[in-house]
Amino acid sequence: MFRTEEMDINMGPQHPSTHGVLRLKLTLDGESITDMRPVIGYLHRGVEKLCEHRTFPMIEPLTDRLDYVAAISENLGYCGAVEKAMGVVVPPRAQYIRVILAELQRIASHLLWLGTHALDLGAMSVFFYTFRERELILDLFEAFCGARLTYNSMRIGGLLEDVPAGWLDRVRHFITIFPGREKEYEDLLTVNRIFVGRTKDVGVLAPQDAIALGVSGPSLRGSGVDYDVRRAQPYSSYEQFEFDVPLGRQGDTYDRYLVRMEEMRQSCRIIRQALDRLPEGEVRAKVPKYIKPPAGEVYHVVESPRGEQGFHIVTSGGEMPYRMRFRSPSFVNLQALPSMCKGQLVADVVAVIGSIDIVLGDVDR
Amino acid sequence: MDTPLIQTVLIPALQVLLVIAILPLGIAYLQLVERKVLGFMQVRLAPRRVGWHGLLQPIADAVKLLIKEDIVPDKADRFLFTLAPIVTVIPALAGLAVIPIAGAPFTLFGYTVRPFITDLNVAVLYLLAISSLGIYGIILGGWASNSKYSLLGALRSSAQMISYEVPLGFAIIGVLMLSGSASMVEIVNSQKTAHVWYILPQLVGFFCYFISAVAETNRVPFDLPEAEAELVAGFHTEYSGMKFAFFFLAEYTNMIVVSSIATILFFGGWLRPFPNAAGSAWLENGWLFFTPLILLGFVGWLVDQKAGTGLNGMFTGLAAGAVLGFLLGRFDVGGLASASVPVLSGAFWFSLKVSIFLFVYIWFRGTYPRYRYDQLMSLGWKWLIPLSVLNVLVTGIAMVLFG
Repeated sequence: MFRTEEMDINMGPQHPSTHGVLRLKLTLDGESITDMRPVIGYLHRGVEKLCEHRTFPMIEPLTDRLDYVAAISENLGYCGAVEKAMGVVVPPRAQYIRVILAELQRIASHLLWLGTHALDLGAMSVFFYTFRERELILDLFEAFCGARLTYNSMRIGGLLEDVPAGWLDRVRHFITIFPGREKEYEDLLTVNRIFVGRTKDVGVLAPQDAIALGVSGPSLRGSGVDYDVRRAQPYSSYEQFEFDVPLGRQGDTYDRYLVRMEEMRQSCRIIRQALDRLPEGEVRAKVPKYIKPPAGEVYHVVESPRGEQGFHIVTSGGEMPYRMRFRSPSFVNLQALPSMCKGQLVADVVAVIGSIDIVLGDVDR
Repeated sequence: MDTPLIQTVLIPALQVLLVIAILPLGIAYLQLVERKVLGFMQVRLAPRRVGWHGLLQPIADAVKLLIKEDIVPDKADRFLFTLAPIVTVIPALAGLAVIPIAGAPFTLFGYTVRPFITDLNVAVLYLLAISSLGIYGIILGGWASNSKYSLLGALRSSAQMISYEVPLGFAIIGVLMLSGSASMVEIVNSQKTAHVWYILPQLVGFFCYFISAVAETNRVPFDLPEAEAELVAGFHTEYSGMKFAFFFLAEYTNMIVVSSIATILFFGGWLRPFPNAAGSAWLENGWLFFTPLILLGFVGWLVDQKAGTGLNGMFTGLAAGAVLGFLLGRFDVGGLASASVPVLSGAFWFSLKVSIFLFVYIWFRGTYPRYRYDQLMSLGWKWLIPLSVLNVLVTGIAMVLFG
């Protein structure tokens, strides 16, 4: 007599919590999800192709626009790849300042993630608190390189200039106040029954599935797989710093939340060590005026706030790359989304999207 | 016109008009207060461009909503789509008819005016019945929009409101048993004779009532029907302009109604604290003291925000308010204290208590994430309903045992 039907619903590309122009085709049975298909490409700009017609220094601003909430990590990865191709050794001071910048960027990116993740779950105030602190970091970046979002902060062979006077003290001040501020977010979320109820056992990603799907970064570590590029293949002298790699146990949304919260503390720890041991000296290695890496191939990975960010450059000996390929963590992590969402409720989709922390500029390139 | 006719028809009609005329304005300002309080909680400034510290912002918002294009989606059912906001807002307003803001009638221009529109002997039942009607508007609106998000929002809303009406009703029964009446005025008066606000014997009942009331009004953390992160805007996704404003009006009116019921049933309505203790008689004129204190303190706080002078302005305001209040209340400057107007006193205590509830609503909004649908259902059916039934049983047994 009664007949039930599945309902197709489009989430996005214009939807408050798909974090950009992600479109999800959901098939719903009541409120539970029977099928999900992510549709991407709304932000495709053909960056990889553009790179083939730019000289190497001109490409760095393009990398800013991939993962636009963590542009410094992209700069670091790209410059590292070209330096690897040319065999340039970056002066130690520049390496340390790069580490400070990259870790500040990691905190800023995680703050943006935390704010929006909490906002998706309905906790409105956390967003404003995290943006208060993110603003402090953006001010630091602005003082360093003049930009607040797309920094173009590094140069092949090091940095354009040394840090401005007093900047290091401002960084030190930030990492002193930050742990107290992080406590405020934790008070609002970590022990909040509703928040725990919304995230615990939601979007479980088993370790073997995470590896099979190529997931990386905090989402992988949330499933309990101990893999961090900073530890596994250290770059920019990360081997000289002491830090823990936090791991989750179950691989649910709550574990991924805890992993990222702990990563922010570890980033503070790394910055503190870098400030304490910051070497003197040059900030830029001697590089030729025209940057022409020898013909060949190079692949360089860095740990961006979202995971393993790879740069594959095929060079032909000229001023421009022959082929450029980005391995973007958001794109790879996104393919884990359908398997995490099936059988869950609509409300869980926003929790899970939030917990894999994708940036559409990085997905579509 | 003869006096009885004026007394029984004209005055209530004017009161109804007064409520309908003033309430939307009050709600517009309640929304400003909400934004200010949230701004304070969220380390930001809240509206302050329109008028002094944004005091004209509600007017601007209302004008904007009035002149906004009124869009009806092509595929929507025009009649039901238009009917839905009306069906939602009327029961919400009708609920206010039985809310007494003070006890004793007073005389105005020779006529006796009661500080409520009517005193039904089944007021509590009336409120429960009328508040269930609002849900029809939400379902109609969600369904008539012919949009999937609206439909999901409407279904969530109906499931939620039906589930939470049960514990809401049970939670109230304890109070009805204690007072022996379902009339709002009688319930308050019985709290005076019992020498205690019913919050003390009915703590569990109040707890169940308040949680269910928050769920019933679709506010955070139970705002699933309009969960913007999931369903864009839930049942009112397709609404714009004044139709949207009607849903909005209904939501805030419901907030005021359930806060008023909580005040009347559990917190002694218009009674001042310790209504029978002689030592607290000065509280009868408390409104003369507290009104300047609160107002000037608030103004001082607003000045602080602009000048960035810490909290100096607020303390100055509080001090000035205390002096003024003391002059008005203790030394009877202006003769208001000796005039002793019980209506104003009652209205003051009543609105103070309601304001505290409204503040708690806003506080919730600044603090909590949102429940998930299944969690909401299990909270309602597995915890609140058994707890409220148990409360009725325990109240009954206690009444038999201790008289």
